[in-house]
Amino acid sequence: MSLPARKDIAEEIADLDDGEGRLDIKAVRNLVDKHMQSAEEDFSAASMKMYSEVEEVAEFITAAKAEIASLRPDEITNEHLPTATDELEAIVGATENATNTILEAMEQLEELAESVDEGVSEKINESVTQVYEACSFQDITGQRIGKVVNALQHVDNKVSALLEAFGDQLQSAGVSRPATPKRADGKVERPDEDLCNGPQLPGNEISQDDIDALMGFD
Amino acid sequence: MSAVDMNMPILIVDDYKTMLRIIRNLLKQLGFNNVDEAADGSAALQKLRDKSYGLVISDWNMEPMSGLQLLKECRTDNQLQALPFIMITAESKSENVVAAKEAGVNNYIVKPFNAATLKSKLTAVLGAF
Repeated sequence: MSLPARKDIAEEIADLDDGEGRLDIKAVRNLVDKHMQSAEEDFSAASMKMYSEVEEVAEFITAAKAEIASLRPDEITNEHLPTATDELEAIVGATENATNTILEAMEQLEELAESVDEGVSEKINESVTQVYEACSFQDITGQRIGKVVNALQHVDNKVSALLEAFGDQLQSAGVSRPATPKRADGKVERPDEDLCNGPQLPGNEISQDDIDALMGFD
Repeated sequence: MSAVDMNMPILIVDDYKTMLRIIRNLLKQLGFNNVDEAADGSAALQKLRDKSYGLVISDWNMEPMSGLQLLKECRTDNQLQALPFIMITAESKSENVVAAKEAGVNNYIVKPFNAATLKSKLTAVLGAF
């Protein structure tokens, strides 16, 4: 039974009028009792429905927390991401060392080229120049790896925020939240941050000729 | 005879030591031997205020001060506003080139580059040598 509209109740009260503006008090009481009983039944049904829905939401959140806990976000921030970052930084370090060794050898070769005849010296210097040009790979790859490290840092920050939000609940599920993120982002904000994108992927970059045209030097 | 002073001090700025070494060696091959280095814009700015240079060759993406910030600092400094400034960077988006041009860069080289490109841009900025 649904709640009656205000108009229906007014009509029922009007029906109780004896024609001279008087109402029978007993009839009014019966009418009130009837509607009070109806309202209690309706409110009870609505409450039950709402309670059931809230219970479903609570079960969903509990299940989500369990799933998040099973992903071991603490391991992601404490172990996996720092390990991946360290490995990538080791790659940059190793390529830098190797590049320096190559450059050192080329510098010695350049010195030796001064002591041989001109034709041979010229060929040696041409080759040395090509090696110098090729060694710029270390800068380019270093910047690319830097972008990956920044992306990992971003993931780290998001997972840490998740741990912060669910801290107590995840701890009760056996997941501990680190007191502070293991890797702090020591980056400095710069006014040209939006222009510092590093090397573009093949196909996205513009050529030196395009740049010359933009500069007005073509 | 070249009108370019081959002994003029040149400041190269890059946060990658290997790139500094490569640019220094390429400049040496072109006949420029008076080369100083800085690892970022703020260190470069300090050197530029301490000593007179004939040319700056700078990377863009450096911390704490980028090459673009260095360029802007130079262009607002009475002593440095006319200093020839070449950007050598991996930043290869049109908006980067436009921003550098608007800030007053003299030329722009995208990495990876070769010795011939470096020579042609030096010639464009300094004159034939």
